[in-house]
Amino acid sequence: MGILVNEGTRAIVQGITGRQGSYQTKLMMDYGTKIVAGVVPGKGGTAIEGLPVFDTVKETVDAVSPNASIIFVPAPFSEDAVLEAITNKIKTVVVITEHIPIKDSINIMAQAAKQQVTVIGPNTPGVITPGECKLGIMPSDVFTKGSVGLSSRSGTLTYEIAAGLTANGLGQSTCIGVGGDPVVGLNFIETLELFKADSKTKAVVLIGEIGGNMEEMAARYIVETNYPKPVVAYVVGRFAPAGKRMGHAGAIITGKEGTAQSKIDAFQEAGVKVAQKPSDVAVFVSRMLVS
Amino acid sequence: MIILNLIENEAKRVFLSYGIPIPKGRLIADSKQVADAAANLRAPYMVKAQVPTGGRGKAGGIIPALTIEQANEAVSRLLGSQIKGLPVKQVLIEEKLPIKNELYIGFTVDRSNRSYVCLSSAVGGVEIEETANKTPEAVVKTTVDPQLGMRSFHTLNIAKQLGYSGIQLLDLSNTILKAYRACIESDAETAEINPLVETQSGTFVAADARMVVDDNAMFRHTEYLEKQTEGLTGQEALAKKNNLAYVKLDGDIGVMGNGAGLVMATIDLLKLFGGKPADFLDVGGGANTEAIKVATEIVLADPDVKVVMVNILGGITRCDEVARGAVEALEDAEVKKPLVVRLVGTNQREGQKILEDAQVSVLKSMEETAKKAVELAAGENS
Repeated sequence: MGILVNEGTRAIVQGITGRQGSYQTKLMMDYGTKIVAGVVPGKGGTAIEGLPVFDTVKETVDAVSPNASIIFVPAPFSEDAVLEAITNKIKTVVVITEHIPIKDSINIMAQAAKQQVTVIGPNTPGVITPGECKLGIMPSDVFTKGSVGLSSRSGTLTYEIAAGLTANGLGQSTCIGVGGDPVVGLNFIETLELFKADSKTKAVVLIGEIGGNMEEMAARYIVETNYPKPVVAYVVGRFAPAGKRMGHAGAIITGKEGTAQSKIDAFQEAGVKVAQKPSDVAVFVSRMLVS
Repeated sequence: MIILNLIENEAKRVFLSYGIPIPKGRLIADSKQVADAAANLRAPYMVKAQVPTGGRGKAGGIIPALTIEQANEAVSRLLGSQIKGLPVKQVLIEEKLPIKNELYIGFTVDRSNRSYVCLSSAVGGVEIEETANKTPEAVVKTTVDPQLGMRSFHTLNIAKQLGYSGIQLLDLSNTILKAYRACIESDAETAEINPLVETQSGTFVAADARMVVDDNAMFRHTEYLEKQTEGLTGQEALAKKNNLAYVKLDGDIGVMGNGAGLVMATIDLLKLFGGKPADFLDVGGGANTEAIKVATEIVLADPDVKVVMVNILGGITRCDEVARGAVEALEDAEVKKPLVVRLVGTNQREGQKILEDAQVSVLKSMEETAKKAVELAAGENS
């Protein structure tokens, strides 16, 4: 059983009738994910992809007992949609939507903490436990079942690294996109904790980027807890200019804070092997799993 | 991508609308307006270039003036000049405040704590990072509970820690509370009053301010819509219009790809192999032929670009659409520049064939492609 999402996941899709929502729902179901319903206010009683659509999350709780939700609702309406899932105590909420205002995300995370709900994202490609469940928009063919846990702030770069691992015979236990925004739910430390407790995971890959200090905090956590599994890190944005947003809302160096070098240094001091280029990741993981 | 910076005068107007006093002043864009402006103000004056950057004082952007003549001279010197590379189109003439003390009040997002945080100090007028480094004990840091928000009992505590009492305690506490409301209701990522001047008569006045507004919140702040495209270069404006994330860099290899992380990784890789990237361009997810065409045109139009590297790992982005867009842009381009492409994922065969038919080199891995781009750029230079 993978962490966060697995064979027992029963997911609803909020915003299922949108272009992305309906298309990705089909792909998730093709992968074998148990999607149990959709939610779109005003479209209750209709059906899409053979799934019942409800007006509210509360109705799905009574009708189909979901334990996860994936959100494709446009940014201006996302805060309410995520809070609705949280208020209904849906255990895991994956927020695909990009461009949610920071203020809304701060409110979301405060409520999630109060209700003990795990929020992944916003601005995430989602989570996949290969062979069991895909709750996200990632291309499934680059992932294979295995023992490497992967946690990343990026989307396509995650696919690049996962494809490299797969090509080298290194399957993955669970791959998590924590999201590219400045304020996100699940962070690197929390994913490290989940991977630590997961007997399937033998090594962990962290993919970081400029902005914030999630990588530095993860490095400190690895030292302080004497982390029991090997960790490989890859950090991008080494040549990003300060004060510019590099695509992700969260990828910005402010003053002297958030540089790639600071993150790389922190990882190296923590004994984490740091890749210089994408292909290094699979090489390092291979060596660690052999030794 | 856009950073929505409010310049001094704009930020001060926001704070003023929440009831925080600002110095009496006039914004002017023409040196002919100085006499009229000064006639309504009391000397001495402060003449301040309106550019969205910190450290204006050190860069010569703030000039004190004792008389109207000096003010005139200062305005002529600033208007049309550049401060830290930014053109000065407007200056603010203000009455100089009788300063007793300078404080710092700021709000920003604490990413790791998933909350806003208030930073304040009785040592203002310098950058807060500087104070935090030199005298960390002089910075009062207060986390804002997202559910409570900032309340008067929080701001009273802050004002006390800054060393005030009696009527001034209440006044400063209220000022901080107003600043907090201005920040939250404006969807600011960062809002600063620096310095907040304690005048000789004991009142608090926002002598300088800045604000960075969250551009993802524009749907509820239509008042800033126009600002989003203000001061952008042609390429930046075109990218913004087409929802592409574009940042100009100083090298000669144009870079575009899908996904911010992948493009940053491409830039790092080019550097690692000895190349010099000319830009960051993320086409985002699911870009169609038209979007790719515009993106390729933006990169090709940069006169510094000698070679373009395209890195696409298609999922929702289809390789055939990418190839078609890139080839169309190449065909339309006035100046021919070599393109090296890495294209894998959905419909990759079709995409690769379209590119090969147009004599564009297609490679399998991003590392090979980056090496090739660096080689070609070096060749163009020799």
